[in-house]
Amino acid sequence: MGERYYTQSHEWVLVEGDTATVGITDFAQSQLGDVVFVELPDPGKMVEAGDNFGVIESVKAASDLYCPVSGSVIEANDTLGDNPELVNADPMGRGWLIKVRMNGDPGPGLLDEMGYAALVGGSL
Amino acid sequence: MGYLVHSDVDRALMLERIGVPSVDALLRDVPSSLRLPRLNLDRGISELETLNHLRSLAGQNRVFPDRMCFRGGGVYRRFIPAAVAAVTSKPEFYTAYTPYQPEASQGTLQAIFEFQTLIAQLTGMDVSNASLYDGATAVAEAAMMATVQTGRHEVVVAGRLHPEYGEVLRTYAAGRGFVVLEGEESISTTTAAVIFQQPDFFGLLIDAPDLTRRAHEAAALAIACVDPISLALLAPPGEYGADIAVGEGQQLGMSPSFGGPHLGFIACRSELLRRLPGRLVGQGHDDAGRRGFTLTLTAREQHIRREKATSNICTNHSLCALAASVYLTYMGPEGLRQVAEISFVRAHFLAERLASLPGIEMAFPGADFLFEFPLRIENGGDRLQRLSGLGILAGLQVGRWYPELRDVVTFCCTEVNDPGAIDELVAAIGDGRA
Repeated sequence: MGERYYTQSHEWVLVEGDTATVGITDFAQSQLGDVVFVELPDPGKMVEAGDNFGVIESVKAASDLYCPVSGSVIEANDTLGDNPELVNADPMGRGWLIKVRMNGDPGPGLLDEMGYAALVGGSL
Repeated sequence: MGYLVHSDVDRALMLERIGVPSVDALLRDVPSSLRLPRLNLDRGISELETLNHLRSLAGQNRVFPDRMCFRGGGVYRRFIPAAVAAVTSKPEFYTAYTPYQPEASQGTLQAIFEFQTLIAQLTGMDVSNASLYDGATAVAEAAMMATVQTGRHEVVVAGRLHPEYGEVLRTYAAGRGFVVLEGEESISTTTAAVIFQQPDFFGLLIDAPDLTRRAHEAAALAIACVDPISLALLAPPGEYGADIAVGEGQQLGMSPSFGGPHLGFIACRSELLRRLPGRLVGQGHDDAGRRGFTLTLTAREQHIRREKATSNICTNHSLCALAASVYLTYMGPEGLRQVAEISFVRAHFLAERLASLPGIEMAFPGADFLFEFPLRIENGGDRLQRLSGLGILAGLQVGRWYPELRDVVTFCCTEVNDPGAIDELVAAIGDGRA
């Protein structure tokens, strides 16, 4: 198992070696409501930490997704095309969004589990 | 409660509350030279007097009978079956404004859904929206879709797009930060879309499949701006792989009406569905399993996606779209084909007759066309003026947009130009000085 970090904008990133898996937190999905569409980048796209890499749409809002790490996108979660509700059902697991091959360490400013729990008022 | 909410008392209360002596005092920052001192309007006239006044104003219009109009240039006179007005004048459709609530507006939503279905079938595309304002804005909206989809900031106009569509496109481009390049030689790996019109502004047929292929080689989108009636004869954009099909739908049951309101249509491949601007009606089922219609995929739109939306369009030309639906349904595939074939035959007959006259020749000999064609005419301006005096609205001089083609005039024929009308035009244009 790798290390999991969080952003102020409610993404999580799981770092395993040089591969980072990115998703949104349970808190984020609960605030968004029913997710109806996720727009994700094609594999090969280069992203910088802090870049907008896609958009998530719920019945209430459309929100930008920000990448916590820098590198190249190696995979987007294609199952979300037909099953965007996986983001609600299992945001930290099967509802992951993209995998990135990092070209360095995760960026500064990421929160650990305690830090993020404090940010969202105790519930993860 | 009074219907007119702003009574003198209300106004006085509001002014007192904000501490301003009068409404005029609120406007003191507007220079007095820009303000009307007082509107001196007549007391008003009766309904009968109003009608007479309007009739006398209308009497000042030069009205050419449809059959004597041979001018197209993007707006065409076609036969409009009485069924169109019979349906669109129903108050349920005619007076309703943005009736999108599914619990109250199944009829309107179904009509829009049928329009979308008809446009998708006609263009050979997967999905159509509920309509746009006109062909020009449809081109511009399609260009915006392409820039958002590809992340690129250039669109290329290949061939003769309607010059006024080009102006609207450049206006949108200036606001959205993309550039419009002219000519297929400008296609490159930074091109978001290649935009072409089939038939082109002169009525000539272009190699649309080839331009589509060249767009795709540059990983750009192909945007086909098409004449809907032409699709009864030509391969639809979906068949040759265009990504977005747009066009002006005025010919589908709408009169020219001084240039509007007309009807823009836009249809695309399903992969681009999330980029499609404007309203979209979907078919679903209620909790009892009955078929029903509702707005769908609204998260694309500006009220949810805000500045991330492809477009700020939140409305459509519903009544015009309804006219098009009635027209297409009434005509059917066979009727539409007949309309196109009659227009094709008459336009070619007219072209042959006119080009055989002294001082008149085909401007682009050998070029294929459907219903509209460019001629090179000696003293074109004088001849058009003389014809106008005879009650004939002949062709359109293109020199206004193409200074190098000052003697080129485009003519069109539709099913309303009967053989007798064509005889009259040919006799009158060849009459007297060449």
